[in-house]
Amino acid sequence: MDVVSLSSVDLALAASLLVLLSLLSMMFSLGLERKILFFGCRMTAQLLFVGLVLRFLFASGSFLLVVLMSTVMLLAAGREVQARQKRKIIGLSGYFISICAMFVSSFSVTILALLLIIQVEPWYTPQYAIPMLGMLLGNTMTGISLAMDRMTDQLYGRRGEVEQRLLLGQSWQEASRDIRSDCMRTGMIPIINSMAAAGLVSLPGMMTGQILGGTPPVEAVKYQILIMFLIAAGTGFGVISAIWMSGMLLFDDRHRLRLEILKADRI
Amino acid sequence: MSGMLLSVQEITFLGKGPYTFSVGKGECIGLIGKSGIGKTQLFRAITDLIPAGGEILLEGVPRSAFTPPSWRSKVTMVPADSFWWYDMAGDHFPLTDQTPLLQESCVSLGLDPEVLHWQVSRLSTGERQRLALLRALLNRPTVLLLDEPSSGLDAYHTGLMEIFVEHYRLQNEAAVVWVSHDPEQLRRVASREFLMEQNGLYERP
Repeated sequence: MDVVSLSSVDLALAASLLVLLSLLSMMFSLGLERKILFFGCRMTAQLLFVGLVLRFLFASGSFLLVVLMSTVMLLAAGREVQARQKRKIIGLSGYFISICAMFVSSFSVTILALLLIIQVEPWYTPQYAIPMLGMLLGNTMTGISLAMDRMTDQLYGRRGEVEQRLLLGQSWQEASRDIRSDCMRTGMIPIINSMAAAGLVSLPGMMTGQILGGTPPVEAVKYQILIMFLIAAGTGFGVISAIWMSGMLLFDDRHRLRLEILKADRI
Repeated sequence: MSGMLLSVQEITFLGKGPYTFSVGKGECIGLIGKSGIGKTQLFRAITDLIPAGGEILLEGVPRSAFTPPSWRSKVTMVPADSFWWYDMAGDHFPLTDQTPLLQESCVSLGLDPEVLHWQVSRLSTGERQRLALLRALLNRPTVLLLDEPSSGLDAYHTGLMEIFVEHYRLQNEAAVVWVSHDPEQLRRVASREFLMEQNGLYERP
C-alpha cells in the first residue's frame, strides 16, 4: 500500500481549522488567538526544518552528524526540563542535572536498544537512531520534569519537617525518604497511565504513524510495544537519577538542607 | 573549659557573633534576647543545620569528629514549632520505644496516656509541644536545646514540664540550654543566664 502524499492544499485545509478557532477566540475575547497562530506557525516551521535536516541526515548517514544532531536534541531537552521547574537549582548544576537525567533516560536506553534489540547495521543508522531518540526524549521529559519539580517544591514546602527529622538524628536519605518516593511516583504516573490506556483508549502516535505509512498493524504494534517498554524503563532510570542528583545537591556533606541554591520562578 | 560538657567557641553565622559559652554536665543555662536576635539560629548553628564558623566541642571532642546524624542525636534541639509527618502521633515514635515508660512520661507531662493513639490533627499546640519534647528525648541526648518549650502551655503544665526536664537533666547528667521570654521561668530552671546580642553573649550577674 502506498502512502497518500499530502499536498500543501491538504495542510492548508487543516490549518484553516486553527484560523477558525482563532476567530472564535476573538469573538468571545478569550485572548488565545495570538498564541494559537504563533505557535501553529512556529510548529510548522520547526517541523519543516527538521524534515529537511532529516532528509539530509538520512542521505549522508554520517556518524558525526548523528552525534551532532542527538547532542542538540539532548541539550534542548535538558533546557526544556529546566524551564518547567517552578523552583530551579540555580547555575549550571541545575542544567547539568536535567541533561544528565535525560541522557540516562534516553541516550543510554536508545543505544542499548539499537545495539542489542534492533541490531541494524551500522547501529547508528539515522533512520532508526534519530526517531527513537526523539520518541524517548519527548516522552521521558514529562516524567523527569514532573519529578524534579515536585522534589524541589516539596523540600521547600516541607523543610520544617525535613529539618525536624534531621534533628532527630536521621541521615538526609532517611529524612527525605517519603518526599523522594513521592516524587518517584509522580514522575512515573504519566507513563504508567499511558501504558494502561494504550490500545484501549488511545492509539499511540508512533503506531498510528506507521499504520498510516503502510506498515502492517502487527509489525507497528510490535514496535510500539518495544518503544513503550523503553520509555517506561528510561523514565524510571531518568527519574531515579534526577532525584538522586537533586538530593546530593540540596543536602550538603554535613546533612544540611541547602535551600538557598533554589531560585523561584515568577509565574 | 575542662569539665564542661558542651563548649561553644566563637561561633559566627549570618553575620552575627562570635558567641562563646559552655555548659557543664547536669547544668541548665538560660538564654534571653529580644525577638529576632537569632536565638533559634544559634540553636540551628549548634545542631549543624546551618553552616557556622568557630568550633564546638562535646566533652572535648570537636563536632567535625562526629557524623551529623550522631551529633544531632547527642546535641539536639526542640524547635518552638513542632512538625509531624504521619497521621498518628504514635507513628513518630519507633515501636521499640513505645514502652510503659513512655506512657509514664506522657502522664508526668500531663498528657493523656492514650495520646499516642490520637491523630496529630487532633492535638493542641501544647500537646504537640510536649510530645515533641518526648520525641527528642528518645535518642537520650546529652545536650538539650529548648526553644521556648512552654509557649503553648498554661502555668500548671509549664510547671510539670519544668520538673520533667529537670529530672531528665539530673538523671542523665545532661546539659540544657533554655530559651524563654519569661525571666521568672529562667530564674526557676537555670543556674546561669546569658543575654544574646548581635555581637556576642553576655552573662548576667
